[in-house]
Amino acid sequence: MTETFYEVMRRQGISRRSFLKYCSLTAAALGLAPEFAGKIAHSMETKPRIPVLWLHGLECTCCSESFIRSAHPLAKDVILSMISLDYDDTIMAAAGTQAEAIIEETIKKYDGEFVLAIEGNAPLNQEGMSCIIAGKPFLEQLNHVAKHCKFIISWGSCASYGCVQAAAPNPTQAVPTHKAIKTSKPIIKVPGCPPIAEVMTAVITYILTFEKMPELDRQGRPKMFYSQRIHDKCYRRPHFDAGQFVEKFDDEGARKGYCLYKVGCKGPTTYNACSTIRWNEGTSFPIQAGHGCIGCSEDGFWDKGSWYARLSDITQFGIEANADKVGLGAAAVVGTGIVAHAALSAVKAAQNKNDTLQVEGSVKEQENV
Amino acid sequence: MSTTVEKRNDMEMAPAIYVYEAPVRIWHWINALAITVLAVTGYFIASPLPTMSGEASDHFLMGYIRFAHFAAGYVMAIGFLGRMYWALVGNSHARQLFFPPLFSGEFWKGVWHEIKWYLFMTKEPHKYIGHNPLAMLVMHMVFLWASLFMIVTGFALYGEGSGMGSWQFDMFSSWVIPLFGQSMDVHTWHHMTMYAILLFVMIHIYLAVREDIMSRQSMVSTMISGWRMFKDSRPPKDGK
Repeated sequence: MTETFYEVMRRQGISRRSFLKYCSLTAAALGLAPEFAGKIAHSMETKPRIPVLWLHGLECTCCSESFIRSAHPLAKDVILSMISLDYDDTIMAAAGTQAEAIIEETIKKYDGEFVLAIEGNAPLNQEGMSCIIAGKPFLEQLNHVAKHCKFIISWGSCASYGCVQAAAPNPTQAVPTHKAIKTSKPIIKVPGCPPIAEVMTAVITYILTFEKMPELDRQGRPKMFYSQRIHDKCYRRPHFDAGQFVEKFDDEGARKGYCLYKVGCKGPTTYNACSTIRWNEGTSFPIQAGHGCIGCSEDGFWDKGSWYARLSDITQFGIEANADKVGLGAAAVVGTGIVAHAALSAVKAAQNKNDTLQVEGSVKEQENV
Repeated sequence: MSTTVEKRNDMEMAPAIYVYEAPVRIWHWINALAITVLAVTGYFIASPLPTMSGEASDHFLMGYIRFAHFAAGYVMAIGFLGRMYWALVGNSHARQLFFPPLFSGEFWKGVWHEIKWYLFMTKEPHKYIGHNPLAMLVMHMVFLWASLFMIVTGFALYGEGSGMGSWQFDMFSSWVIPLFGQSMDVHTWHHMTMYAILLFVMIHIYLAVREDIMSRQSMVSTMISGWRMFKDSRPPKDGK
């Protein structure tokens, strides 16, 4: 029988005290009531590990980099061993044929039972030739494994939305997981470039503990981490409400830590947990470091124009503009048109009056004759 | 037109007809005020005023601007519902905004005649008791649908702040934001449609004043008193 999570942790030299700490911290991170700490501990002690296949497509590996830096006390030691991570080509010891064989073995042993985690995405153009894994297009590997998995975790913005590979003009036609796979499987999207490490580990812990997917919103993201905007929990929010803004990056407002809205912060349109969980053991997050949020966990964030502008670019008309430029331009044209039309109307009205007078005059003349 | 018999009939026509009932008039002016507040405050939400100095606790400028925007938004949305109700129970003129006769050939002929009138291609406009066909078409196609779009996207954006579980989020944000892809595009389209309404308002005011001066019936005062007055005694195009 496969080892339980608890057995693995103990084998790795983790004390029971640390284990219980981990359980209560995870319960807190998931927003669960205190009694769930015990529940988590119980399932950790009794449930066998769920096998996970972690595939990599077109990507920068920032999701893995984030994941292995989880500040959670035990995450970097435990989570990776907690899940029976059978395949992860960037960090596994095996390589070549030996590594690829593990995929087939897992599919055979745990058909329909294992979790498929995807980092990066698959390009569709040239039959997927822009991303080759073990001599075959990644697209094939992805579809093959997806057919047999229980459900899919789309790590990061690449797998969730497409991210930089899918940014215009997208020459390889890179598409997110849900558009690349032919089978319909439940997908958990954990967007971000990369996602926050604690969010990643907590999502996995939730799945292992409750043996089901966390509650998702309509876009497929776990509600517990993606239900609020950065703006809603931002510590600079009082400056926004007061109307105190950084106008330029080197001004007095920037030094005083005013709201970054006017220098293009995407916090008001970005759903993520950065302003609560923060990064690097809760040290900081972009806004705290003085730079606006770039909205990396939102769909198509590369194609929405400058990171330093509030209004997104409008390129539909073949020109680079924003809503204000288009709107004010149209208003100027219409305003000029109205003035011209009014002037012409006045001239025409005057002419008509003259015509009528002349006609009336000529009628009178005729009558006189 | 020139026979004496017809002329006598014309003279019997009422010099003024009650067109816009009180709820329509009240709605029109409240809505105009709400749209003005919404456009101004909305612009300052997208492009805030110069920064305030001093302590954050001393000011609440953005808060007040956003409050005015949300309050005016509620006024517009509730007014819209009231106006919809009045379209059902009010007189036939109250229905024109919602149900233009798009499948009537006569209607489109009227639209074409109005276009010719505005292009100085005809000497005289038709006379109407209600809206002229072109006005009806533009009010329905631009004003009505743009207003509805603003109400729906407006509540979707409001729901982002009130959060999951609020009725604004459940009824609007939960489906509008995924429909556009993300929140950013909803903001952009909400902003763009403000300009569409601004263009409508510019043209609407200009043409109302111009028609008041140049057409054969009263315009501006009709929306104040409710009575349509006529400058000649020939029968109107939409008379019964």
